[in-house]
Amino acid sequence: MQPVDSFLFLLVGAALFCIGLTVVVLKRHAIVVLMGIELMLNAVNINLVAFSQYDPDRIQGQMLALFVIIVAAAESAVALAILIQVYRHFRTAQLDELTELNR
Amino acid sequence: MLQLAFYAFAALTLIGAFAVLVTRNVLYAAFFLLLALLGTAGLFVLASADFLAIAQIMIYVGGVLVLVIFGVMLTHKPDSPIDMSNQQPNRIPSSNRRGVGSSWIVGTLVAGSLFAALFIVLVRANFRLLSQPVGWKSAVNTIGMQLMTEYVVPFETVAILLLAALVGATYLASPLAKPTRHATR
Repeated sequence: MQPVDSFLFLLVGAALFCIGLTVVVLKRHAIVVLMGIELMLNAVNINLVAFSQYDPDRIQGQMLALFVIIVAAAESAVALAILIQVYRHFRTAQLDELTELNR
Repeated sequence: MLQLAFYAFAALTLIGAFAVLVTRNVLYAAFFLLLALLGTAGLFVLASADFLAIAQIMIYVGGVLVLVIFGVMLTHKPDSPIDMSNQQPNRIPSSNRRGVGSSWIVGTLVAGSLFAALFIVLVRANFRLLSQPVGWKSAVNTIGMQLMTEYVVPFETVAILLLAALVGATYLASPLAKPTRHATR
């Protein structure tokens, strides 16, 4: 039972990053854009973990991925709080309709 | 067997992410994001990151995704039950847009060319590291040791960051922090 080739992990990470980038660029709803950012962060984590296999003593890649997960959780919490406040103010969460800072 | 599991989890991840891209419903997008995150957790297990997989499931699926679904429900317009217009493609590349279809083309072109560039780089790159043998080994003990020795300062810092971010998010989302024209606080 041979382990999985790490090249495939890198390939999946690249594909996931590109899909996340497409979601961020194309979607109009702010929450879906946030989901795209989460997908991109996950792609980065896959890359970090794939390279961390070759460092079993210090696993620096996994540690960095752990901190990335924690910071992503904090980021999404703050972003959703701001989004709820924006929705209260403008009555919309569509990014194209948010053209002014104050209305 | 391991290869088969890898391909299954990779397909789960990519199909979930692609469904987030193509679906028109925000709530469906959240559920497809769940698929993608679970597939990523499986990939973590296959790359000998078992602790990270559990952390992924607990934090992302148990925390972030629930938060996202609450955000979907709180920003839902009650007067339009099925608002199909909210998933039209974005109009950000607006300088030379001709109709609705061209923005899809621009975004897909950007991401597709980025993927092509990454693919070429990955195929051509000759990582010497990737030719070394690798074995599956549980990472829980090592992560515990590392968190208390080498990474103790980032660990405490990120704890304070998380506390401050969650307190700030609670304050921001509360109705007390109503945005006013003239800031009185």
